[in-house]
Amino acid sequence: MSATTAARNAATPKRPLWTRIPVVHQLRQSVGLQRGMLVAGLVIVAVFLLTAIFAPLIAPYGFAQLSTAGKTFGAQQPPSPQHLLGTTVGGYDVLSRTLWGAQTALFVIVLAIVFSIFIGVLLGLVSGYLGGWLDRVLVVVADAIYAFPSLLLAIVMSIVISGGQSNLIGGVLAAAISITVVFVPQYFRVIRAETVRVKSEAFVESAKVLGASSFRIMFRHILRNSTRTLPLILTLNASEAILTLAGLGFLGFGIEPSSASEWGFDLNRSISDVTAGIWWTSVFPGVAIVLAVLGMTLVGESLNDLADPRLRTRRRAAGAIPPPGTSVATAPGASTDVIGDLELESRS
Amino acid sequence: MTTTMIPAASPASPAARPKRAKAGGTKIWRYIVVRLLLIIPTVFILVSMVFFLMRLTGDPITAALGGRLSAAQLQERIHAAGYDRPILIQYVEYLAKLVRGDFGTTISDNHTVLSVLTTYGGATLELAFYALIVAFIVGIPLGMLAAYFRDKWPDAILRVFAILSYATPVFFAGLLLKLVFSVWLGVLPVAGRASTSVELDIQFLPHPTGIYLIDAFQTGNLADVGDVLQHAILPGIALGLLTAGVFLRLVRTNVIGTLSADYVDAARSRGVSEFRLVRKHAYKPALIPIITVIGLQIALLLGGAVLTETTFEWKGLGFMLAHYLQARDFVAVQGIVVLLAVIVAVTNFIVDIIAAIIDPRVRY
Repeated sequence: MSATTAARNAATPKRPLWTRIPVVHQLRQSVGLQRGMLVAGLVIVAVFLLTAIFAPLIAPYGFAQLSTAGKTFGAQQPPSPQHLLGTTVGGYDVLSRTLWGAQTALFVIVLAIVFSIFIGVLLGLVSGYLGGWLDRVLVVVADAIYAFPSLLLAIVMSIVISGGQSNLIGGVLAAAISITVVFVPQYFRVIRAETVRVKSEAFVESAKVLGASSFRIMFRHILRNSTRTLPLILTLNASEAILTLAGLGFLGFGIEPSSASEWGFDLNRSISDVTAGIWWTSVFPGVAIVLAVLGMTLVGESLNDLADPRLRTRRRAAGAIPPPGTSVATAPGASTDVIGDLELESRS
Repeated sequence: MTTTMIPAASPASPAARPKRAKAGGTKIWRYIVVRLLLIIPTVFILVSMVFFLMRLTGDPITAALGGRLSAAQLQERIHAAGYDRPILIQYVEYLAKLVRGDFGTTISDNHTVLSVLTTYGGATLELAFYALIVAFIVGIPLGMLAAYFRDKWPDAILRVFAILSYATPVFFAGLLLKLVFSVWLGVLPVAGRASTSVELDIQFLPHPTGIYLIDAFQTGNLADVGDVLQHAILPGIALGLLTAGVFLRLVRTNVIGTLSADYVDAARSRGVSEFRLVRKHAYKPALIPIITVIGLQIALLLGGAVLTETTFEWKGLGFMLAHYLQARDFVAVQGIVVLLAVIVAVTNFIVDIIAAIIDPRVRY
């Protein structure tokens, strides 16, 4: 019954489904502290997006610029009016590179998420619906990948894709694909679990009786009813993508400094600066990473808590907070458990 | 990951439990065997995946020595190492060697990979151990505290702390700690596992274990032990905080869950104070999910160790991995990656078994 309503709602184009309903609905549903966290997260994410998009306008210099008006910046200059956050050991402007870094990060996040949703959803759907040996093999493989340290997997992938170092497009693609490989099992697991749940619903049976093809059932009937957990994993994965990108960059697998700005790479270059007491080359790119990840995690966390009745602060309870015991857990739906799993057990 | 999270307040029907417990004696062995057999495909898949992926880029000799040798010399070495044969034959040979514990020989400095693994493995183990201690000490009590103060300001602060500890990359946390405690305050060493004099002491030991804390005790010099511990503080905290945040959130969620369980309600109705409820009644069941999650945390810790070791020049497997990556020595990289994968698979197995022994509901 509720599934058919959901199916009708799902007939609207996809984008509104996850932008309008999840976030706005949950913003209205949230109260007090939870609302504060959600709002703070949304604000940080908005700032991050704006920085990424308008980096060329905001940044005082280019990310690979070494001089202005024929005068070189100089290496490791402390913050000054010309260079608000100082310059790096390579002679770049720290502020500019930090701002441009947002753009690189955004490219990688978007690509990684698009790729992994596409592959993960497809595999999860097919595997969950068709079942059989294919399903078993995919589950074992996904579990194996899932248990593997994600950074190591990303390293192996980036060796395969780019041999380790590359220009902007190559580097972004390599990083994005490396991260994709890490994420696919997560989407696969969630979508597969949802598919297995949904496929036994009456409306799938009736579609079968009407003679719909497996393809049509999968993409028309099941897919649209199994995507409700996606926004959540999406926000959590976006933050993980930034961390993985930075980790790769830190190990020297980033994008070359002249091709793009990448926070992790800049941090790697600042290791020796730190020992010498030069703090500005590491602190600012690092804070940028923390803020970006923090924003997305706050959004993801809040969505997760709001989806779980055991953790949701209820509206009625907002005025006087009751003793913890009185908010009895209502039986959480099967799928919220899946989210809880993923969020708590994954590298979260 | 094969275990499922136990919902904290899952209504295990009390009537069914004694029966299960009786059957548990024989069942646990079946579970162990099945779970043991499940490791094999996991490890096999990972090893195969890494092998084929790394080989896709070409042979390791060209990768490592490409610019330095002439084409003819390269060909000769490739031929000598057998990298010009069909890939499937190489694969089978690789597996056969692997079973015998032969991980190959590094190209850049001609050590056996196995010797690299045994020399530097101890350091990584030691670091992971310190990190886990930090994670337990910080994560579990704070998680209980957050649950006790649920939705009040201490809870808010603790949750922001948990999220921050996750949002901060370990290497940035490491750099910050270094900046504050080593450079500005000058109270702790900047990098390395021990001072040079202590390293020398340890090198002359008859049976060094590679784990400096044990070795320092072996020297019989308490100052050495202090020195080793001093070097361990910052890396341990940097890596441990990452996991501490996960533990904190997990304990908080699960204690909140158990606080509404019937038996806690019963205790509450007897007039047990809310604080005592958290401390004595609700937290034990909340620890079980932690045990199951440690398995995955090991994977996270090992990944984080690579970054922490690079930050602190802590000469363990992660540091060597970064070193060999820079040297483009993919035989060594492959060896280290495979070993770490095996460690993760085995720890997951052990953790699952422990979880099954503690909580019969896990066995299925």
